Amino acid sequence: MARMKFLCDAERCIECNGCVTACKNEHELPWGVNRRRVVTINDGVPGEKSISVSCMHCSDAPCMAVCPTDCFYKTEEGVVLHNKDACIGCGYCFFACPFGAPQFPSGPAAFGARGKMDKCTFCAGGPEENGSKAEFENYGRNRISEGKLPACAEMCATKALLAGDAPVISDIFRDRALRRGKAGDAAWGWTTAYGKPEQAAPAPAAKEGAK
Amino acid sequence: MKKSLFLALTVSIGLSLSACGEYSQVASYKPGNYQGKSDTRPWEGGQFAGNKQAWEAALNSRNQAQNEYKKAN
Repeated sequence: MARMKFLCDAERCIECNGCVTACKNEHELPWGVNRRRVVTINDGVPGEKSISVSCMHCSDAPCMAVCPTDCFYKTEEGVVLHNKDACIGCGYCFFACPFGAPQFPSGPAAFGARGKMDKCTFCAGGPEENGSKAEFENYGRNRISEGKLPACAEMCATKALLAGDAPVISDIFRDRALRRGKAGDAAWGWTTAYGKPEQAAPAPAAKEGAK
Repeated sequence: MKKSLFLALTVSIGLSLSACGEYSQVASYKPGNYQGKSDTRPWEGGQFAGNKQAWEAALNSRNQAQNEYKKAN
């Protein structure tokens, strides 16, 4: 298994917000927490472009670098996850993130009163037993452990949003760009997210008793 | 008298200047390490029960299903 990435094709996104709805529904997210959202540039003007934005699970994630409690870790598949037990709600990750991914359930409150940070998990849950109630309540559904891809990408009607193995989604996008004759404003955010070498952050060891 | 005054002055000047060392004010960056709870890998437990190959195959088929050109043609 290679490296999990998101790819949003701005030439295809029609701003239907299906990905946002799928994400909110899949993880039963509270009001005010949007792990994914659609941003439209030049809205209403001919040639407007929309992009679906969430945590991109960066190669060298700035959130991991700035977290004072080191609550972030990266899985073997390159998914950036965090431990809510260690999060103090300081909001440093929000300021560091180039995509505005970290969300706080209490909104722009004071230090700590924001609540524990919540973000896209690539539908890979968190540091709890796979598929457990605790994992669902804290981090949302773990589709990856069910052999599925993130709900946002699988629900995308125009397949503007691709998720999965980097070589596979790159091939799909390359094929698409060749057929339509242009890459366009596509692969948005890839240089920002994946332009740096992979950060050597070993994932925590598997739980005892697990195979 | 003069000698003792000179000595006292020399010692006091020496002592006062000894506190004027210049130290680097730049913090050295040390990357932190995750200390939290361990996580199970996706293929461990649950549906795949440790069968990594089956998990990879399931994910790969989902990956390929995102290419609608393959579906249409």
